[in-house]
Amino acid sequence: MRVTKPTAAKKKNSLLKVARVIRSKNSGPFELTLDIMFKERRYFELFKKKRIITARKIARLYGIPEKEVLKIVYFEPSQAIKVTLKRRIPSGSPGDTDVYGAQQHAPLLGLTF
Amino acid sequence: MNKSKSRSKLAPFKILSTTAILGYGFPESSFQRGLRKKPDLIAVDGGSTDPGPYYLGAGKSFTSRAAVKRDLRLMIKAGLEHNIPVVVGTAGGSGARPHLEWCLEIVREIAREENLHFKLGIAYADVEKEMVLEALKQKRVKPLAFVPELTPEVVFESENLVAQMGIEPFIKLLNQGCQVVIAGRSYDPAVFAALPISLGYDPGLALHLGKILECAAIAATPGSGSDCALGILEEDSFILETLSPERKFTPQSAAAHTLYEKSDPYELPGPGGLINLRGCSFEDIGQGRVRVRGSRFIPSENYWVKIEGVRMIGFRSISIAGVRDPIMIEKIDKILKEVELKVREIMGKDVKNGQIYFHVYGKNGVMGELEPVKRTLSHELGLVIETIGKTQEEADSLLALTRSALLHYGYEGRIATAGNLAFPFSPSDISMGKVYEFSVYHLMQVDRPDFFLSRVEEL
Repeated sequence: MRVTKPTAAKKKNSLLKVARVIRSKNSGPFELTLDIMFKERRYFELFKKKRIITARKIARLYGIPEKEVLKIVYFEPSQAIKVTLKRRIPSGSPGDTDVYGAQQHAPLLGLTF
Repeated sequence: MNKSKSRSKLAPFKILSTTAILGYGFPESSFQRGLRKKPDLIAVDGGSTDPGPYYLGAGKSFTSRAAVKRDLRLMIKAGLEHNIPVVVGTAGGSGARPHLEWCLEIVREIAREENLHFKLGIAYADVEKEMVLEALKQKRVKPLAFVPELTPEVVFESENLVAQMGIEPFIKLLNQGCQVVIAGRSYDPAVFAALPISLGYDPGLALHLGKILECAAIAATPGSGSDCALGILEEDSFILETLSPERKFTPQSAAAHTLYEKSDPYELPGPGGLINLRGCSFEDIGQGRVRVRGSRFIPSENYWVKIEGVRMIGFRSISIAGVRDPIMIEKIDKILKEVELKVREIMGKDVKNGQIYFHVYGKNGVMGELEPVKRTLSHELGLVIETIGKTQEEADSLLALTRSALLHYGYEGRIATAGNLAFPFSPSDISMGKVYEFSVYHLMQVDRPDFFLSRVEEL
């Protein structure tokens, strides 16, 4: 049933709907890098302008300290955001679960804005 | 190499990149199409650190010998027939001496089988420990992000230390008239950029083109790691072209590739400087081609190379099993913790340094502690029990004990009393051999960019 409240917050949009690519990969054995490429320029601009992706948000999504978020870069030619994290365990060291780092993107899929 | 760096107009320089990694294969039809374009260079990157530390440490390739031989045979035969230099970097996957020798043996075999005679250039990427220790002493070593500071102890314990060579060793060998150059660990773009830079082409454009060609058709759409791509370097820009009709380059696919496996897409550091892409443009020029302009090479004040090395830390054994009991699945974390404690109690001092890991697929096997979903909804779990010991025997014993303890563990609330694990195989345990970890991933300042050992062999 649909309940409409005049004070209800605006419905949130999902990153999954506006992104063309969301992926993770090693950037060398000690870093994990996350790429978000947008379908449309306007969403890239919106994310850039409103700073929707912050170190704090990423840290919360992945349950890591903020200082382990190395950098967030806005790459104009691909209308993409790149976030680089510390690998908690270097690639292939004991305890690692993903040597290539290619399956660490899923928490981003749930991001709303 | 008769061109000078004069400002006379440079003819387009065509580079045929065969595949993303030597041994990943390419369709012969694409390769032939590439040859019909009359390339000036055939080059391929041979490796990556992606498959992890084992391959560098063990001196083994992560690619198949038969596949590498197939790729090389096509490349070398065509190169010699059409008088096009063939250049391979990071031979054998990791590019240390054993990997390079493995690749050279394949090249010699091809030469014998095909009755080919040519000048083979060989560049070693290995770095003597003394050189790194000396550099450490002089404070000319710095860690990359999140990498611990290098110590002499770590250098002593590390194996197969290599440095990523830049364009200089390639230029040296090509200038000596080598028709085929096989090199150890190399900066990925170097195999593509060395020759054109030596002929006077812009280093920023040449290196950026190399950065894209290094993955061949991966940067096209649909991407493929097993197909060729063509790069055409001109005086003030370069063009990317696919060599199979089902693919094309788009400004987006080309630009997106610049993000791949790097932490900052605007500044791509390499030996001797960085490629700056801030002023870069990607333009669709039709027929699946993209023109790129504005990439600039900014030389650094001192010449730094990236050094890589790994350290052997023990031996690994694993066992694979499934769990279907819902009561056990509900309590899996607690059960695994209790089993580990029990095993440690039984082994006592014998496994002081032994390590036990449970990879719980269906729960957090993929993301480990980064997994935000804490409670599994899965009706079955896949377990990989992993042990690491000082010797293979220690790892095996620790695994056997952990496996049997878990199989028969009487956890609280258990009603399936015959056994807790479903093993798909007999034997259930696998000895995995040596375990390595990356121990060196640093930058080292060198006086001469061509300090790498190289030699020429007449085949």
